[in-house]
Amino acid sequence: MGKTFQKPEALSDQPTHYCPGCTHGVAHRLVAEVIDELGIRGRTVGIAPVGCAVLAYNYFTFDFQEAAHGRAPAMATGIKRSRPDLVVFTYQGDGDLASIGMGEIVHAANRGEKFTTVFINNAVYGMTGGQMAPTTLPDQRTTTSPFGRNVDEVGMPIRVSELLASLQTPAYISRQTVILPKYIVKAKKAIKKAFTYQLENRCYGFVELVSTCPTNWGLTPVDAVKWAQEHMLPYYPLGDLKSPE
Amino acid sequence: MSKVLMKGNEAIGEAAIRAGALNYFAYPITPQSEVAEYLSRRMPEVGGHFLQGESEVAVSYMIFGAAGCGERVFTTSSSPGISLMSEGISYIIGAECPAVFVNIMRGGPGLGGILPSQADYLQATRGVGHGDCRLLVLAPASVQEAVEMVMTAFPLAEKYRNPVMVLGDGLIGQMMEPVEFPDNLKSAPSNKDDWATNGMDTRGRKTRNLVKSLFLDPVELNEHNLKIKRKYEQMEREEVRFEGYNQDGAYRALIVSFGTMSRVCRTAIDIMKADGLEVAMIRPQTLFPYPLQAVRDAAWKKGCQAVFSIEMNMGQMVEDVRLAVQGRCPVHWYGKCGGEVPTPEEVVETVRAVVQ
Amino acid sequence: MQNEVKITGFGGQGVMLMGKIVAHAAMEQGFEVVWIPSYGPEMRGGTAYCTVVISDRPIGSPIIQNPRHLVAMNRPSLEKFAPTVKPGGVIFVNGSLISVRCDRDDVDEFVVPIIEIAKEVGNVRTANIVAIGAFVARSGFVDFERLRESVKTEFAAKAKLIPINLKALEAGRQAAEKY
Repeated sequence: MGKTFQKPEALSDQPTHYCPGCTHGVAHRLVAEVIDELGIRGRTVGIAPVGCAVLAYNYFTFDFQEAAHGRAPAMATGIKRSRPDLVVFTYQGDGDLASIGMGEIVHAANRGEKFTTVFINNAVYGMTGGQMAPTTLPDQRTTTSPFGRNVDEVGMPIRVSELLASLQTPAYISRQTVILPKYIVKAKKAIKKAFTYQLENRCYGFVELVSTCPTNWGLTPVDAVKWAQEHMLPYYPLGDLKSPE
Repeated sequence: MSKVLMKGNEAIGEAAIRAGALNYFAYPITPQSEVAEYLSRRMPEVGGHFLQGESEVAVSYMIFGAAGCGERVFTTSSSPGISLMSEGISYIIGAECPAVFVNIMRGGPGLGGILPSQADYLQATRGVGHGDCRLLVLAPASVQEAVEMVMTAFPLAEKYRNPVMVLGDGLIGQMMEPVEFPDNLKSAPSNKDDWATNGMDTRGRKTRNLVKSLFLDPVELNEHNLKIKRKYEQMEREEVRFEGYNQDGAYRALIVSFGTMSRVCRTAIDIMKADGLEVAMIRPQTLFPYPLQAVRDAAWKKGCQAVFSIEMNMGQMVEDVRLAVQGRCPVHWYGKCGGEVPTPEEVVETVRAVVQ
Repeated sequence: MQNEVKITGFGGQGVMLMGKIVAHAAMEQGFEVVWIPSYGPEMRGGTAYCTVVISDRPIGSPIIQNPRHLVAMNRPSLEKFAPTVKPGGVIFVNGSLISVRCDRDDVDEFVVPIIEIAKEVGNVRTANIVAIGAFVARSGFVDFERLRESVKTEFAAKAKLIPINLKALEAGRQAAEKY
């Protein structure tokens, strides 16, 4: 009898530290499947962010570097420029990428660096305990916006994909989600596309994954999915925002 | 090889290329932007990689990335830029990667000025980043020495898997002197397959490598820091470098000075010698590890009445000089900074005010 | 034996290049050499200068408050630096731009209309080379033949400029005898 289910080779056996209902696990698996399918595990270097995914390297079975908060795109640039034959990706959350690391991501994208970014947007700082992120929605309560995000004081949430898509340099920019099975096939396709563009030395690839954080949202995993559908997806619409074609 | 007349900044760039460092990331800042200008033309000629980063912060991680995947890599900057890179430097130290940072110092604090200074002594030798961080710090006093130190910095960084800093004042970068690039200082990059993220296929192994500075387990972190500490102790045993001047006979005072300042002091010592006053000098070539023993021996020599730390700052190295001398004789400081360079005559006056 | 010259003028008059040509000649002659520029805001207008120090032994302080010689390409630098020149030194004055004199009787001050001479040579842009030729001929700072070689080296990438610059250098040498 053939196997009907198999763990990707790029994924390790270690159980993750992520909370119940967290979508990091799904995102990790999609990345691992793509790496397996493209047969690039032996020449891939991943870059872990600071945030919940700081330990991401524990769950993959290929080379990994760990960056400081927000600096993963600069690190990826250093690797890719000095070793263009390696396949490089950054895996970053919204605090890391859209707040402290906004400079690095914009410039890496604008230079058209030939690496790939997987951007987990769950509208909150996870690891530090649920503080407000640049992507936190209007009126959304967090530990540092206890009365809800006041857009008069802190502005509107940043749509990073749209912002990066506004750059003139060719790139592949896509927003997908992993909150429900029906979206996951598309999300994987986008990730694979982004890696493929890198392998073709074609352009920078950026895939935003709208995600949930039940723990810091104070919701059950099921309610978190519902909340994401009702609040996140309208503000962060899905689809390809930019392609190199 | 014949000598060529080169500006320090350009010679530093060329020296790195001769040392086989073909990856250079940088952000422009006076007084060392000529390095980036030079290498933006030169790197493509030698098949190297040059990229102007968007900030010094980003540059320090470009360095980290390239160093982590096993490539020889370096950057050059000046004081405020090094402050911004200090974050990355701490991570690079924590992750035990070799890299070379050149600081062509200008005056501070803050924007300070763009003229020569030695005001980053304490930053380089003590406070380069958060955590238990040390750099091996080399301090050239001429363009030729800057070339030699840059060329040796790469194998030193690889020997210790720790960044090395070449700390020059603005004059080292801006002045032209005849230089040659000694072939015997060329070195092959060390094999980094045991730790670098150069890809499993590259090293033909099935086990992956991790480059990281996070150790959440306190016992593990303590062990990690002890390992790093042992490297610093090894540096103290094996890498201390200094040069003496007018030190063989009897002398009545000792000057300790580094970089361009030491050359001014050499002239001052010649003036005093012609006048019948013998003064010796120790010039530290490594600032960390510091030549404590050499300064101590020279200061404790019979007949030496006083020690002077002469610096282009407000008194930084004098702390190390005091540590070395251990109170056996008075330690004085004299200095100026931010482009004001003490003259030989001022050094003579300073010594004469104490030693008759 | 150490010798120094400070070469001063407006940014854009080519004083850095003048210093480099002299420094290169000194290196080829076997001297220890340091060339130090002023840099920063002074690069635009005002007084830009470089100092060339040569010696038969390793050079100590590269910063020279009192140079042996001065080449003044504009008035502000003559006024600023002439008083710092050591007695017995040469002070070269760009007569085309500077109407005043330092009037020290303990130095050899000489005035050369380098722009007029450069025009006669055929290119006004060689005025700085005229000046360097005149200064070196007068002071003996470096061997004149080495200076010629140094000019050739400097313009090696633009070889068609070499003849006119050598002509300017020679015109400067003759001017040093005349003025």
